[in-house]
Amino acid sequence: MINVIVVGNGMVGYKFCEKFISKSGQENYQITVFGEEPRRAYDRVHLSEYFAGKTADDLSLSTTSWYEDNNIILNTSELITDINREQKTIHTHLEKTYEYDYLVLATGSAAFVPPIDGVEKEGVFVYRTIEDLDAIMAYAKKIKANGATEAAVLGGGLLGLEAAKAVRDLGLNPHVVEFAPRLMPRQLDKGASDMLQSKIEELNIGIHLNKATQYIAGEESIKGMMFADDELLNVNMLVISAGIKPRDELGRVSGLEVGVRGGIVVNNKMQTSDPNIFAIGEVALYNQMIYGLVAPGYEMADVAAEQILKGDKTMRDTIDMSTQLKLIGVEVASFGDPFIENEDVTAIVYENKFSGIYKRINVTKDGKTLLGGILVGDSSDYNGLFQIYANAMALPPNPEDLILGSRGGKVSTLGSASDLPDTAVICSCENVTKGAICCSILDGTANTFGDVVKLTKATSGCGGCKPMVADLVKAAQKSIGKEVKESICEHFNYTRQELFDLVKINKYTNYYEVIDHHGNGDGCEICKPVVASIFSSIYNDTANKHITTQDTNDRYLANIQRNGTYSVVPRIAGGEITPEKLIVIGEVAKQFDLYTKITGAQRVDLFGAQLNDLPKIWKVLIDNGFESGHAYGKSLRAVKSCVGNTWCRYGMDDSTTFAIELENRYRGIRSPHKLKGGVSACIRECAEARGKDFGVIAVEGGWNLYICGNGGANPKHAVLLAEQINKETVFKYMDRFLMYYIRTAGPLVRTSTWLEKLDGGLDYLKEVIIHDRIGICETLEAEMEKLVGTFECEWKQVLEKPRLLKRFSHFVNTDEKDDNIAFVPLREQKMPRPW
Amino acid sequence: MEELLSQYETVNLSAVKIWFKAGSIKDFPSNRGGCIKYKNKQIAIFNFERRNEWYACQNACPHKMEMVLSRGMTGSTDGIPKIACPMHKKTFSLVDGSNLNGDDFKIATYPVKIEGNEVFVGFLE
Repeated sequence: MINVIVVGNGMVGYKFCEKFISKSGQENYQITVFGEEPRRAYDRVHLSEYFAGKTADDLSLSTTSWYEDNNIILNTSELITDINREQKTIHTHLEKTYEYDYLVLATGSAAFVPPIDGVEKEGVFVYRTIEDLDAIMAYAKKIKANGATEAAVLGGGLLGLEAAKAVRDLGLNPHVVEFAPRLMPRQLDKGASDMLQSKIEELNIGIHLNKATQYIAGEESIKGMMFADDELLNVNMLVISAGIKPRDELGRVSGLEVGVRGGIVVNNKMQTSDPNIFAIGEVALYNQMIYGLVAPGYEMADVAAEQILKGDKTMRDTIDMSTQLKLIGVEVASFGDPFIENEDVTAIVYENKFSGIYKRINVTKDGKTLLGGILVGDSSDYNGLFQIYANAMALPPNPEDLILGSRGGKVSTLGSASDLPDTAVICSCENVTKGAICCSILDGTANTFGDVVKLTKATSGCGGCKPMVADLVKAAQKSIGKEVKESICEHFNYTRQELFDLVKINKYTNYYEVIDHHGNGDGCEICKPVVASIFSSIYNDTANKHITTQDTNDRYLANIQRNGTYSVVPRIAGGEITPEKLIVIGEVAKQFDLYTKITGAQRVDLFGAQLNDLPKIWKVLIDNGFESGHAYGKSLRAVKSCVGNTWCRYGMDDSTTFAIELENRYRGIRSPHKLKGGVSACIRECAEARGKDFGVIAVEGGWNLYICGNGGANPKHAVLLAEQINKETVFKYMDRFLMYYIRTAGPLVRTSTWLEKLDGGLDYLKEVIIHDRIGICETLEAEMEKLVGTFECEWKQVLEKPRLLKRFSHFVNTDEKDDNIAFVPLREQKMPRPW
Repeated sequence: MEELLSQYETVNLSAVKIWFKAGSIKDFPSNRGGCIKYKNKQIAIFNFERRNEWYACQNACPHKMEMVLSRGMTGSTDGIPKIACPMHKKTFSLVDGSNLNGDDFKIATYPVKIEGNEVFVGFLE
């Protein structure tokens, strides 16, 4: 095992783990994470929602079991104090030492506290962790109780404005104090800042620009802020949110290269000056910059994970700092270079003081390229503009249309998300492209917006791309004609085929996993057997593994009959049976007083068995070489045969042997409906093969294969799939046909109905399973191959495992049988009393 | 038949006179049913583990009077916990015994209480 130690369990440290375990080759690595906070990684971007009522758990990025399930050791409340680079060990404040092969420093940053006299006074806080927020809340409560209402936030940047909202949510009047002459000085120009300021002031939040704070007034606790222009602002609480300071202490004590103004220096592989030590997120100084946004941090996490796993992914040279936010109810966004101004660039500005909207775009003089921009008051164009910028897309003839919107009845100049190239990054937090989103819908791995989110993680970062992802999902769904849904029941908004794929892709193995992830409610008698059948079709799980979700026949491995008794049908492949075995069946029937009948499928049915007797009956049968005939399952029942050329004077081939081979190949395989087959040795068709789901008839030069016939309420003759083929080809086509049916048919849909509903009908089916038109034959064959040869007799399993026997008693609290059952005589045998 | 059905009448919690010990929790499979015998009655008990709820009803299907409801599948419709009869898939509310597919048949339901690890069903006598 190679040890990877991650120091820091914030958003980026967590993302590193998530990326790492999703990559191939990670099995040989052990990840150990250290976090100094007492809790698991949480969403710091949405921290202020904590004030609006979200709990720490709501903000959590994962669950405890997530770490366990992924074999990651998580140590919270443990602080790393030193690194010994020569011995490759780390030392913790609990005096423990751990060895590493690779070390990932994701220690993030702390709030930057400017050196102002009096910042240590009571009532001064930073805005960084849940603990900080708890302390702020407690203090706010205390001062409010004393009648104080005013509080200040130092810093008019992104986080400062967030903090101002939080302070307001606590019922205090916030004052935002900013050293620079404008709000969000790194993102907004003067015009945008003015607009934002007037919007914020409308909400009774004081804005104080150009203010250098000299000292914090008050004795023990804060009473006010004294500014350099001799103005005093009376406040009883101060939240400092004036920027961040990388937590680079570990880099410093261990002699890693650090920047002049802090931060551990990394190259484009996120390696520090020690190649076995990586730094990511807000502690990493890349291109002489600390990136205080989550998206670059996530990308760094991905790069470091790739590098440790010997991949070759590196960090891009230029990192996009575009952001879109809703601050205190005011929409604000900036992208690309918001300020750029020179003779090659024209800034187009739209300002509407009446509705409080300010928009600016920076366009090259030739009007061809969008370089950046700012939106305040209405950022609905952000996604479109950002995509045009990020993909260097062509601009409309009048670039101002981009921000002036649709004038004179024109449709939006931003076009629709569908016009974007596939390479366009839609979710920059998770680096998800348009191609990835649409593809997951088009190839069926995802069916809904929710699926796409689960699969690609798009929208799970800042969430700004949500409308665009929703549009793309809708467009993609539409393009494949997915409007009408044949969902299974009220608990699943999916078709059986969709559920089949969901189970297969996500490797679910129990019903409740499936309903928890993709359904709702408790399930029912419709969806439970469907999912159980899917498990059987994918993994060849026997019914014993899913007792709870099996329909009654599969649950008790016998067919329930009119009076609540069961019938027993051992397998008699191809209808061929030895005299010894015939005698055993007769003996069993006599011993347990069962009614016997030869069925239409060349088997012997034993009726009238009580639940408690089923295991005893099967014990005798299995001891004598029988196995379950699956007469109760939606699975292959029997393959009927005629006498064949071994005895028949007309027979052209050995139909009995072929029928036995077919039956044994597909026995036990679960399908959407029951399946029957037949093999006839000549066109006299004594096996009635063309009345079955598959029928094989011997002809001059080989076998004719017919499919999709059935008896029942709506009898259908099977149709010819292929002529004069050899046995091997019959098996090949059969494998493909059955698997295609199993994968795509609705629940309880017979092969004949399935074919009727299939677009393009038989001709299309031939294209798919004979000519491999959609290139799935190899997959179908491989999937069938997995099922063939893994047959297990379910009754043998039951008899070998006493705990499986428990279900076969009628009462929980006594061994008695059901005394309600009564029989009446019939032609020297018996039958249930009439209803 | 009539007399078989007349044995089963819904018991309201407030009217319970006798709490009959049906067995211990582990005797009943989770998320499906088990049948108990009480005097001459057959009662189906459902451990709805997913909802952390227990229900009991007559074991006889009210349609054909066969003792099979405990072998049916549990589920819900619009959030109402239900049992589907294994014979003809009529579904019944486990809360009030009503037929969720029509009004022709109804089943009797009984209160269940769990004390420690033991399961009790409430009867009038």
